[in-house]
Amino acid sequence: MFEVVHKRQLSDAVFEMGVAAPRIARKVAAGQFLMLRVDEDGERIPLTFSDWSAEEGWVRFIFMRVGKSTHKLSHLEVGDAVADVVGPLGVPTHTEDLGRVAVVGGGVGAAVAYPVARAMAEAGAEVTVILGARNAELLILADEFAALPLAELIVMTDDGSAGEKGLVTAPLKRLAESGSIDHAMAIGPAIMMKFCAETTRAFRVPTTVSLNPIMVDGTGMCGACRVSVAGETRFGCVDGPDFDGHAVDFEELMSRQRVYAEEEREADAEYSRGCACHL
Amino acid sequence: MPERAARERAADFDEVALGYTEEQARAEAMRCLQCKNATCIPGCPVNIDIKSFIGHIIDGDYAAGVAVLKERNALPAVCGRVCPQEEQCEIACVLAKKGEPVAIGRLERWLGDFDLACELEKRCVPEVAPASGFRCAVVGSGPAGLACAGELARLGHSVTVFESLHAPGGVLTYGIPEFRLPKAIVESEILMLTEMGVEIVTDAVIGATYTIDELMAEEGFDAVFVGSGAGLPIFMGVPGENLNGVYSANEFLTRVNLMRAYEFPHADTPVARGRKVAVVGGGNVAMDAARTALRLGAEEVFLVYRRTEDEMPARREEVHHAREEGVEFKMLCSPSEIVGKDGFVTGLVATRMELGEPDASGRRAPVCVLGSEFEIECDTVIMAVGTRANPLLAKAAPDLELSSRGYILADDDGATSLPGVFAGGDIVTGAATVIQAMGAGKISARAMDRYLRERR
Ligand SMILES: Cc1cc2nc3c(=O)[nH]c(=O)nc-3n(C[C@H](O)[C@H](O)[C@H](O)COP(=O)(O)OP(=O)(O)OC[C@H]3O[C@@H](n4cnc5c(N)ncnc54)[C@H](O)[C@@H]3O)c2cc1C
Ligand code: FES
Repeated sequence: MFEVVHKRQLSDAVFEMGVAAPRIARKVAAGQFLMLRVDEDGERIPLTFSDWSAEEGWVRFIFMRVGKSTHKLSHLEVGDAVADVVGPLGVPTHTEDLGRVAVVGGGVGAAVAYPVARAMAEAGAEVTVILGARNAELLILADEFAALPLAELIVMTDDGSAGEKGLVTAPLKRLAESGSIDHAMAIGPAIMMKFCAETTRAFRVPTTVSLNPIMVDGTGMCGACRVSVAGETRFGCVDGPDFDGHAVDFEELMSRQRVYAEEEREADAEYSRGCACHL
Repeated sequence: MPERAARERAADFDEVALGYTEEQARAEAMRCLQCKNATCIPGCPVNIDIKSFIGHIIDGDYAAGVAVLKERNALPAVCGRVCPQEEQCEIACVLAKKGEPVAIGRLERWLGDFDLACELEKRCVPEVAPASGFRCAVVGSGPAGLACAGELARLGHSVTVFESLHAPGGVLTYGIPEFRLPKAIVESEILMLTEMGVEIVTDAVIGATYTIDELMAEEGFDAVFVGSGAGLPIFMGVPGENLNGVYSANEFLTRVNLMRAYEFPHADTPVARGRKVAVVGGGNVAMDAARTALRLGAEEVFLVYRRTEDEMPARREEVHHAREEGVEFKMLCSPSEIVGKDGFVTGLVATRMELGEPDASGRRAPVCVLGSEFEIECDTVIMAVGTRANPLLAKAAPDLELSSRGYILADDDGATSLPGVFAGGDIVTGAATVIQAMGAGKISARAMDRYLRERR
């Protein structure tokens, strides 16, 4: 069992949670993820580390309540425990020698973008962060990003309720077009990553994306996480989660992410009926 | 041995083979000739004293029989169920030549179950030597790791098993289905090891949570055994393989066995409940996947194999069970494409094959019949065409020597290129059998014991 040592609600459906996991905390690098099982009946779900402290022995992640597993997780409070936390898994994000880089974090993807941007800045890169959200309420970690030594922080919302009105691809295009970036990293919903990669392709700016396929074990044992990159099948959990955004088959990724859409609805509906929070 | 009727059993996950009653076991044991020169014993990969344990059944001293089994085999109730006895001990039985060998496997199972049914205090716990003061780490809790851990504990060493999944047992837990090997049996066999003082740490991925180096340099382990299995599934590389509804057998079986997807939505993990399911392969894994799909409610399950039934590597008994339960065999055909609509599988296109000249494995190699493609309508495809070594652990141990195919190189004692690091089971041999993995684990434990005591 892993004790919940921190919980903070970032928006209506988005939570930051920390668990005591000293062994894992010693080894995490930006871009890696953990597999979590809420309880004995739980699924194994992948969550990317959003922060960690080796000294204090905890790791944090940020999740949006979208289905039964995250719904159950959202009910845990400090002092409760989750059944399993495994990690750190996946290949760390490449953060060295990047020069000028744009990091795009969309929606909950900002949680992953945060340690990545921090590590890149620490490694000496000139980092511009583009944060995107549907509206101000859904924008997360803006203060945390503002505290990092960034070249620039650009906030975009669909309705203009915070920062500029528009999509993350608009400032990304500006940066790429003007030759102000040597590299881009996009983390967020598959559709956003796809459009970011399409935006930078024309300007030949190498672009890394952090993929989030469905996983079971997270250690290379099942192949649930397979993605097509440059026409080859790769395992998201052990070969990734980072891949060359210009070579990823995003249509396939999005299709595969939807495989259990019906089951997920069924499970969450059943759980929600018996759940006091009526969400 | 009594079995549940095919129609009844194919509808649930309860065990198929019911096991002997005491009378049946005694009657079967009496058939044993107690040969002076027992030819069955060398047939067993771990040389269990078969003659002696059967002798104890005849005498009615069952606890003594269990003790004989446990001298060589830490998990008799498991091996009694899943070992291919028909090609090991039973084929070597003198009575085999006369038609019907003594059912050694079933007797092993019966004794193993007898032990498990006893109260914990009365169960046969192997004697543990005085504490040696050495600490050993075992990576992986499959049959190789468990056998190694049990033997190391018996020899007086302190043992910690590290398992990457949330439950121990390896393939016994995530791969082999409940109806062939009930998980309660695996759990009680593992409980025995913890009674002997073995500590099991789950959720620990060696190569990620700790490296082998860290286990030895920082965590204070004097020797390490790696039994991490051959867990990486192989896909065929045919078009359409990433459509929704295509599973590796590992994923399909893991969802059902380890994650209990058959209890969805009570258990949270879903699995596609295919109406028409095509399973590709001819081994035990393919049989397990096909029979699992039936139990999840499939109307039709096809087994697609490129050679004929005679060449199938699966145990005869499992092939027979699968056929009885209604799996339809499509022999001599090989998938060339998986087709789909809106991202989901709708069919498997296969090419007919003919058997040509024998290949390196001595089996006649299948060759394509040109222009013979045909489509099998299905909504789920399960690939059971083999596994490879998982590179995760080795990537974090660059000095560990591997074969060209990524398996760990180890000598007959399991010693690897790293001092104090031993390995055995599927990660050394490639996918093999439970008993071979256990044998390797035990041999390594003895070699580790010598290594530790010599170093003192
Ligand atoms: C579906 C199926 C049916 C089978 N049926 C039979 C049968 O009827 N009879 C038979 O004899 N054989 C059968 N086999 C083969 C048999 O199960 C294997 O040969 C045997 O389990 C190998 O044992 P092992 O200990 O080497 O590896 P495994 O059983 O694979 O165990 C390895 C363990 O190590 C863990 N691990 C891997 N990497 C790491 C890491 N880096 N850190 C920590 N832990 C790690 C894994 O999670 C796993 O639990 C079957 C196999 C399958 C898949
Ligand atoms: S999640 Fe199972 S192999 Fe990647």
